[in-house]
Amino acid sequence: MTLITHPNITDADGFYARLLAAHQGLSEAESQRLNARLVLILANHVGDDAALEEALKLAKAAGQS
Amino acid sequence: MPYDYKPFPYHSPPGLDAAEPRHGVVIVGAGPVGLALALELARHDQPSVVLDDNDVVSVGSRAICWSKRSLEIFDRLGIAEKALAKGVTWQVGRTFHGDREVFNFDLLPEAGHKMPAFINLQQYYVEQFLAEVALAHPLIDLRFKNRVTAVEQNANRAILDIETPEGAYALEAGYVVACDGARSPLRQMLHLDFAGELFEERFLIADIEMQGDFPSERHFWFEPPFHNGQSALLHKQPDNIYRIDLQLGWEADPEVEKQPEIVIPRIEKVVGHSDFRLDWVSVYTFQCRRLESFVQGRVIFAGDSAHVVSPFGARGGNSGLQDVDALGWRLAAIAQGRADAGLLAAYDAERAFAADENILNSSRATRFMTPADGVERMFRDEVLNLAGHADFARPMANSGRLSRPCSYPLDAPDDAALPPVSRPGTVAPDAPQGNGWLIDALGRECLVMAIGGEAPDLGLPILRAEVNDTLRARYLGEAPCALYLIRPDQVIAARWQKATTVQIEAAHQAIWTAP
Repeated sequence: MTLITHPNITDADGFYARLLAAHQGLSEAESQRLNARLVLILANHVGDDAALEEALKLAKAAGQS
Repeated sequence: MPYDYKPFPYHSPPGLDAAEPRHGVVIVGAGPVGLALALELARHDQPSVVLDDNDVVSVGSRAICWSKRSLEIFDRLGIAEKALAKGVTWQVGRTFHGDREVFNFDLLPEAGHKMPAFINLQQYYVEQFLAEVALAHPLIDLRFKNRVTAVEQNANRAILDIETPEGAYALEAGYVVACDGARSPLRQMLHLDFAGELFEERFLIADIEMQGDFPSERHFWFEPPFHNGQSALLHKQPDNIYRIDLQLGWEADPEVEKQPEIVIPRIEKVVGHSDFRLDWVSVYTFQCRRLESFVQGRVIFAGDSAHVVSPFGARGGNSGLQDVDALGWRLAAIAQGRADAGLLAAYDAERAFAADENILNSSRATRFMTPADGVERMFRDEVLNLAGHADFARPMANSGRLSRPCSYPLDAPDDAALPPVSRPGTVAPDAPQGNGWLIDALGRECLVMAIGGEAPDLGLPILRAEVNDTLRARYLGEAPCALYLIRPDQVIAARWQKATTVQIEAAHQAIWTAP
């Protein structure tokens, strides 16, 4: 398995809204902690080493430009 | 009962009166590694002199967790029965966050091994048992209160200057093995760089004696209610002695923290009462370092003198014994002219690989236990938080990954159809054989184990294994037959389903050839 980078969420707008809703009312620190838990949960779901490695690279690269 | 430290006798070394003949091997340091090496060399008919600056065993429990592999090595050296009888056998570890258990493991070994997964036994007992055998052994010349003050070497030999209560003398040695511990004086005399990572973290380590019904388990706490925001470990040892480790933080002053009036109130909080006796206290700094090369001409390093790791993985004492495993048979063969000195490069390569593996595991555990402020701490805390809600996060809670024998990356004949647990480079897994054990039939000279078929004509001993379910699962899998070439350190050197004499001879040659 390699990282899926094409659109893969059926209702992307809906997910985006729920992500923001999950952060609603949280302090900056609480939001960061929520994100950390999400990363860990989703990373475990992906599982595959190569896909996770690609995800790390993509996230890092996108932050540099 | 506190341990009774009886001094070993000092005898005048012959070198004080007249120059001694050259010794094949001189070992510096009569700790677990030095003594085990002397006994292992003796098993291969190689005499040695062992020098120690002191005349008592280790003060304080120090290394307490001995792995299955170490017990197998002890068994070859003749002390496993004593160690097992005295030690606390344990297999359950529990990890807590606050007062909540987040993770536990059961090391319950699969059936069909002679030795258990781990025992806890204070280092002073291990040293005592090893020293008793060594003192009685005709090939071992164990000299207490003999302190090495200088070393010099050329291509053919090393010379040690030694101080005793009665004066100084010198010894000439074919090889010197420095088993003189983490602060190795020999390493300093040779001005060798001990490179690696120092973690800005200190732990208090204490042995207490108390009557209690605490189970024979390893308990580790992240942020326990009794030790504000820090980590703690509680582990049982024989004689009603308990090991307690408490994280102190980098600002702590070791000398102050060691004072009983500071230590005792901390421990009262851990155990919940004051009905105990403080036996030993020490403070250590987390670090992971190693020598770039463990072979420095005629001086060889083994154990803590060669590499140190942060604790909580039982990787100090156990890895030192695995150094002995990898060195003994090779050094004996070199000292006896049966192998070329270049073979030491194989010891260096294998144990450097193992040291890196240990350092990697220890560094990761250390970072988890003592995260840097900021994002590192946040991820650590959220792993612990999630561990209370989802299975996947539980094994991520890293309170130390316990020592397992290294599997060396050998470039050797292999057959992928045979089970992974016995691939070349790994220690031969044990299995029942008749009324005994496979491990007992291995470990002196190189041999070929023939399973379910015959071995071709060879100049090597052949072990015809009894095929039972355990042996089949560990060595055959679906294959009908197999041949395993096994080294003197019980490590599998090569394996085939079928092989010719020429193939096996080539693999046997490779065992004795530098990498």
